[in-house]
Amino acid sequence: MIFQLAVQGAQMLVVLLLAPLLIGFVRKVKARLLRRQGPPLIQPYRDLVRLMRKEVVLADNASWLFRVTPYLIFAATWVAAALVPTFATGLEFSWAADLIVIVALLGSARFFQALAGMDVGTSFGGIGASREVMIASLAEPAMLLIVFSLALVAGATQLSTVAAFMGSPQVGLRVSLGMSLIALVMVAIAENARIPVDNPATHLELTMVHEAMILEYSGRHLAMIELATFLKLLLYMSLISCVFLPWGLDDASAGPKALAIGAVAYLGKLTVLAILLAVFETAVAKMRVFRVPDFLGAALMLALLGTLLLFVSRSL
Amino acid sequence: MNSTVALLLCGPAALLATAVLAAAVSRHSFATRLVYGAAFVISAVLVVIVAGHLAGNSGEASATLPLGLPWTGARFRLDGLSAFFLLVVNLGGAIASLYGLGYGRHESAPHRVMPFYPAFLAGMNLVVLANDAFSFLLSWEFMSLASWALVMAHHRDEANRRAGYIYLVMASFGTMALLLAFGLLAGPAGTYAFDAMRTAHPGPLAAGAVLVLMLLGAGSKAGLVPLHAWLPLAHPAAPSHVSALMSGIMTKVAIYGFIRVVFDLLGEPAWWSGIAVLLIGGVTAVLGILHALMEKDLKRLLAYSTIENIGVIFTSLGLALAFKANAMPSAAALAFTAALFHVLNHSFFKSLLFFGAGAVLTSTGERDMEKLGSLIHRLPVTSFVFLVGCVSISALPPFNGFASEWLVFQAILRSPELPQWGLKVIVPAVGGMLALAAALAAACFVKAFGITFLGRARSAAVERAHEVDRWSLAAMAVLAAFCLLAGILPGFVIDALSPVTISLIGDRMPVQMAQPWLSIVPIAESRSSYNGLLVFAFIAVSASLAAFFIHRFASHALRRGIAWGCGFADAAPAAQYTAVSFAQPIRRVFGGFAFRARETVDMPAPGSLEPARLKVDMHDVAWEIFYQPITGAIDFATERLNHLQFLTIRRYLTLVFLYLVILLLVLALWP
Repeated sequence: MIFQLAVQGAQMLVVLLLAPLLIGFVRKVKARLLRRQGPPLIQPYRDLVRLMRKEVVLADNASWLFRVTPYLIFAATWVAAALVPTFATGLEFSWAADLIVIVALLGSARFFQALAGMDVGTSFGGIGASREVMIASLAEPAMLLIVFSLALVAGATQLSTVAAFMGSPQVGLRVSLGMSLIALVMVAIAENARIPVDNPATHLELTMVHEAMILEYSGRHLAMIELATFLKLLLYMSLISCVFLPWGLDDASAGPKALAIGAVAYLGKLTVLAILLAVFETAVAKMRVFRVPDFLGAALMLALLGTLLLFVSRSL
Repeated sequence: MNSTVALLLCGPAALLATAVLAAAVSRHSFATRLVYGAAFVISAVLVVIVAGHLAGNSGEASATLPLGLPWTGARFRLDGLSAFFLLVVNLGGAIASLYGLGYGRHESAPHRVMPFYPAFLAGMNLVVLANDAFSFLLSWEFMSLASWALVMAHHRDEANRRAGYIYLVMASFGTMALLLAFGLLAGPAGTYAFDAMRTAHPGPLAAGAVLVLMLLGAGSKAGLVPLHAWLPLAHPAAPSHVSALMSGIMTKVAIYGFIRVVFDLLGEPAWWSGIAVLLIGGVTAVLGILHALMEKDLKRLLAYSTIENIGVIFTSLGLALAFKANAMPSAAALAFTAALFHVLNHSFFKSLLFFGAGAVLTSTGERDMEKLGSLIHRLPVTSFVFLVGCVSISALPPFNGFASEWLVFQAILRSPELPQWGLKVIVPAVGGMLALAAALAAACFVKAFGITFLGRARSAAVERAHEVDRWSLAAMAVLAAFCLLAGILPGFVIDALSPVTISLIGDRMPVQMAQPWLSIVPIAESRSSYNGLLVFAFIAVSASLAAFFIHRFASHALRRGIAWGCGFADAAPAAQYTAVSFAQPIRRVFGGFAFRARETVDMPAPGSLEPARLKVDMHDVAWEIFYQPITGAIDFATERLNHLQFLTIRRYLTLVFLYLVILLLVLALWP
């Protein structure tokens, strides 16, 4: 019991501490691909610390909701990220939430973020919020259909069970899982506001979606929101790696050695995924905002097709 | 005569007496307190009685009064299903009356509201208690007429008169469908008691016809697409506490009628009945919420969102039908429990949101979101409880809307075990539609809250607004607490629903209260589980931890400044995003096929000082395809029949004579 709780606590700390490093690594690889030196790996930590030390400049008419929202977004994202298996499955509290709940927790975070964007009453906040909910209205159903596919293959929506099943030899190669993987990657790109859906590094207000919503935030509030954004990227990468790359993943009760193997494997998977993300982002250009529905519509159709295949035959 | 039923029948009788009393005293200043106070007390007592019946698991009880049809009498019965719906009706009624204690004081025409309000509550109670077709239809019509009178309370407004007229036509249409359905169920022997209908199983053709008629009759009252067009006109036209009752409670009475006939009286369902209900439910959910997103009138937005939730409930009922037809009782119990849970949840958050809209209306005089904004500063308590309602209805954890939608999704995941191909193809598509509706609902309520309560004030009315009275706030706070409680302790609700599912489905969900840590486990823990309490606790603890850490170690400095406007600091409030512009991206994505939406931009010639204009052209397809031909036909027929009013006495005598001849001929030729 104590050991289990310790592992769960370790997981919460690991995701929190690892998330900025992951972002730093992605930025570094992107910079190297562009033949730039790039900021050091620990730059995101420094940014967070600096933001925390700075004063908050609050718009005159900002309400209490604007000040509470950063903590809510951070809490919802952190809880969601802590419930996805990273280096071990079957954590102490993993049964408190299945995959649908994790998706919905991210939905809660987005709900409050969009509201905060509209709180001050500038056009940028509104444009960001309205586009964000448009993207979410397509990404969320696609994500739920992916969840359906996984649940039909593994017979569960519980992530630990899904991961254990995917690690077992009875999975094999399936068309539906391939479709789900592609759809999941597309949804992950959209949800994390990465290129080609949104540009995390832009500084032109009219082209931003995610950044436009948080334009009014500064200081410690912005630090919370940035950390939540980092956590979300880590969450999606953990999700992809625990479902589609479940190697080295073992139950939390399997003992320290298995956990160590799991941790090393997890770091390896994150590295690979981060490099892939950086290469992909360097290779493609950002889309116009009204091309995004086509992109996500494709993800939705792929996910639906995968689910339909599984309804037709459990072995496809 | 059973004592519980007799006691429960005293409730509607007392409400009717209150209605008569209200008609007598409604012009006095103490009338508001008297009428709503009495309605509150009666509803609260009924809640206690019914809750006691449900908790004691006391089974069934019935009573017959020597009224109505002489050979049937007026029969009333209390079983698990009616007890649950009585609880929904009276809980909603009690809280709406509490709200009315404050809200009713602002009423401009109290004598047009107060007599009908208790009568409306009594009608809904009687529908749920009725145990024969005659009493059911009579109570149903009584409920419809009382609510129609409430819709017409502000009849000087042209739009309300039109809403009332359409509502009356649709209510009559619905009752006609119900009448035919009961006629088919009663069969040639004319057994109008429900007990007799339950034992007589109609043939497959008659059963199919009854299902279609129930979808038309109960569906039109509940707001199923394409019969929904009256609902967003009529529900918002009534005073806000009545809107809450109509949207939150009366639609549930319609669902009760559907369940009573289709699950109880009709016997074993055919598998294709599930397909029909599933498809209509899915389409209703998506179209309802898309309409809501396009709306800029706060109360109409809420009415459209009711349509979406009705779609969710019917989808879940369709799943339950499909599982029941295929002898999968545990899955059917899961889907049916999800539907009932959503019924309860929707009655909570929709009432809460309509109360909030009413509070906005009393404090600003506006329903149009384009003239609101910034109310979070003016109405702090109202805005907080309204936010709770928005989060709940958007199906976000840890509130109650999520718990019931999660159960619906779990039920969908049981459906690959269904044998029929039609269902195998339809169910995942409907699951996708529900997911789409849930995501759009979140978008819709970001808009509803963001435009109404956040941003900068869009009109002078907002600047003068101040918080509403304590009765209204208390009613809203109670509902907000229910939303949270049902969300973090869903196991209680699921277990309380088990007698209903046992009596109608023959199975129940596993006992939830026995689960460790109060989590809910629909099938098995390794398969899926959700613990709202823990998720809520985790979010609360980690948010507090983060806040503590920040306030301990980070900078405390805070400066107020003007918002960043790209260098143009002093933009007018009109330059903010509006309800219409917020919905524009979604209109571009979905509007083309859902509303045949078209945008045209009128660009002035170069050098002209005219403003450029964006014109949006949208159509309600259901209105054009179903309603306009019907109203056209009615207009045509009445126009022709109008001549009959101005005939001479000779012609009238001729007509009567001809009619007699035809009647005698028919009688003579009848085999």
